[in-house]
Amino acid sequence: MWPPPPAPEPGSSPLSTESPENSCCCENSGLPGLMTTPSETRSSRMRVLGLGWRGPTGTEPGPGAQAAYRLRFRTCWLWLVGVPDTCLSMGLELYLDLLSASCRAVYIFARKNNIPFDFQFVDLLKGHHHSKEYIKINPLKKVPSLKDGKFVLSESVAILFYLCRKYSTPSHWYPPDLHTRARVDEFMAWQHTAIQMPMSRILWIKMLIPMITGEEVPDEKVEQMLAEVKNSMQLFEEKFLQDKMFISGDHISLADVVALVEMMQRGQELEGRPGTGRRTQHFSVSQP
Amino acid sequence: MGLELYLDLLSQPCRAIYIFAKKNRIPFEMHTVELLKGQHLSDAFAQVNPLKKVPALKDGDFTLAESVAILLYLTRKYKVADHWYPQDLQACARVDEYLAWQHTTLRRSCLRALWHKVMFPVFLGEPVSPEMLATTLAELDVTLQLLEDKFLQNKAFLIGPHVSLADLVAITELMHPVGAGCQVFEGRPKLAAWYRRVEAAVGEDLFREAHEVILKAKDSPPADPTIKQKLMPAVLAMIR
Repeated sequence: MWPPPPAPEPGSSPLSTESPENSCCCENSGLPGLMTTPSETRSSRMRVLGLGWRGPTGTEPGPGAQAAYRLRFRTCWLWLVGVPDTCLSMGLELYLDLLSASCRAVYIFARKNNIPFDFQFVDLLKGHHHSKEYIKINPLKKVPSLKDGKFVLSESVAILFYLCRKYSTPSHWYPPDLHTRARVDEFMAWQHTAIQMPMSRILWIKMLIPMITGEEVPDEKVEQMLAEVKNSMQLFEEKFLQDKMFISGDHISLADVVALVEMMQRGQELEGRPGTGRRTQHFSVSQP
Repeated sequence: MGLELYLDLLSQPCRAIYIFAKKNRIPFEMHTVELLKGQHLSDAFAQVNPLKKVPALKDGDFTLAESVAILLYLTRKYKVADHWYPQDLQACARVDEYLAWQHTTLRRSCLRALWHKVMFPVFLGEPVSPEMLATTLAELDVTLQLLEDKFLQNKAFLIGPHVSLADLVAITELMHPVGAGCQVFEGRPKLAAWYRRVEAAVGEDLFREAHEVILKAKDSPPADPTIKQKLMPAVLAMIR
């Protein structure tokens, strides 16, 4: 179960439903909520579960229907109350920390395609990804993770492909044409070691390690990483982007989302790279 | 001009593609690009793959780099048997998950094991400290444990009951430290049994043929100084 249920406060009613712990964790994280407020969610769920008073024609139901309603109500009420909203959903759950570029790719893609999901915040800076609860979800101790019923999936590239297929997103995201699709695959494979790995190292070296340990990492290491990133940016422009609007051609695809979130990690690598800057603009324009 | 594959069977991803194409009777013209002679750094090869790496594919005017992309391209173009890259949503996702994970984990550990144990001292004439080698082999150990615990578990193959692209990519990686003389399967009966199953699924003769080069890596003659100077920066970047 994620997050671990909080201990009940002494004297609190077991039927209390509106405590902060029971609210949607995406609202707690301060991110734009995908879920409705707890009270709206519960009443809408009760309607979905057939607990509404009115019959299908909207007329006052007879004594039999009322009795059936009371039975359903009693049976379901105790199950509904006191259970965090995130557990009621039973739909798609995405375990994310938007500090991570690969989480941002998954988040943007899901939101852009109106894929409903529960945002489960895994606080990397607090080490949540190493907690016992999270290891049960993803033994690789990484974000992002996807949980779809009992099916759990890690690796952002795999998650993006899964979402594309399951939710039948518009074909430009992962084009069906053999050659165009291969171009997306080519970038998605290359970026692991060419961009994601050095960018992630830079984040740790320049920000997270000093923040956590209070110590700066030697300049030579930083310079080495930056040189690798600059070389990759050059290859990205010359081999993957060239003079095209997007990596696969005229339309945005998964490859562009993955590329852009990595570049947003550190803005300065884009300086002096007009091609990449132009592409960033196109990406922004294509968002709502 | 039909399908052309630019390969050096010294390289793990090249072996995966070679085996896959041969197993599925995909006709191709093989171009050997000898890594230890620096042929991948030539201008001529850069026309095929500006990333200057093997494997690379050329299909008419269409060129493609990256072994995972090449394997998926061949899977789709030649409509191979479903088990290699299943249509089923979740099974397919499992293959994708492994193919994504392995880039920075098993591939890296296996590459470093080969270079630190054999290629640096034997081919490049550069000693590697016992501490560095011990760290590399310990890293490999951790990755092998993850491969067993997270991916293989108690299944016949990495994804389920049938061999897939994930198994092919994994097994060819593991042959790198095997080629370096590491006892990868010692004390790992589950992994050893899986290795035998994959070898049988692929065909023992084809498997042996694809691995002749890596199994002789220990006998590589030392590089001449010009080659060494040419290769050193790329090698260091590759195994960093």
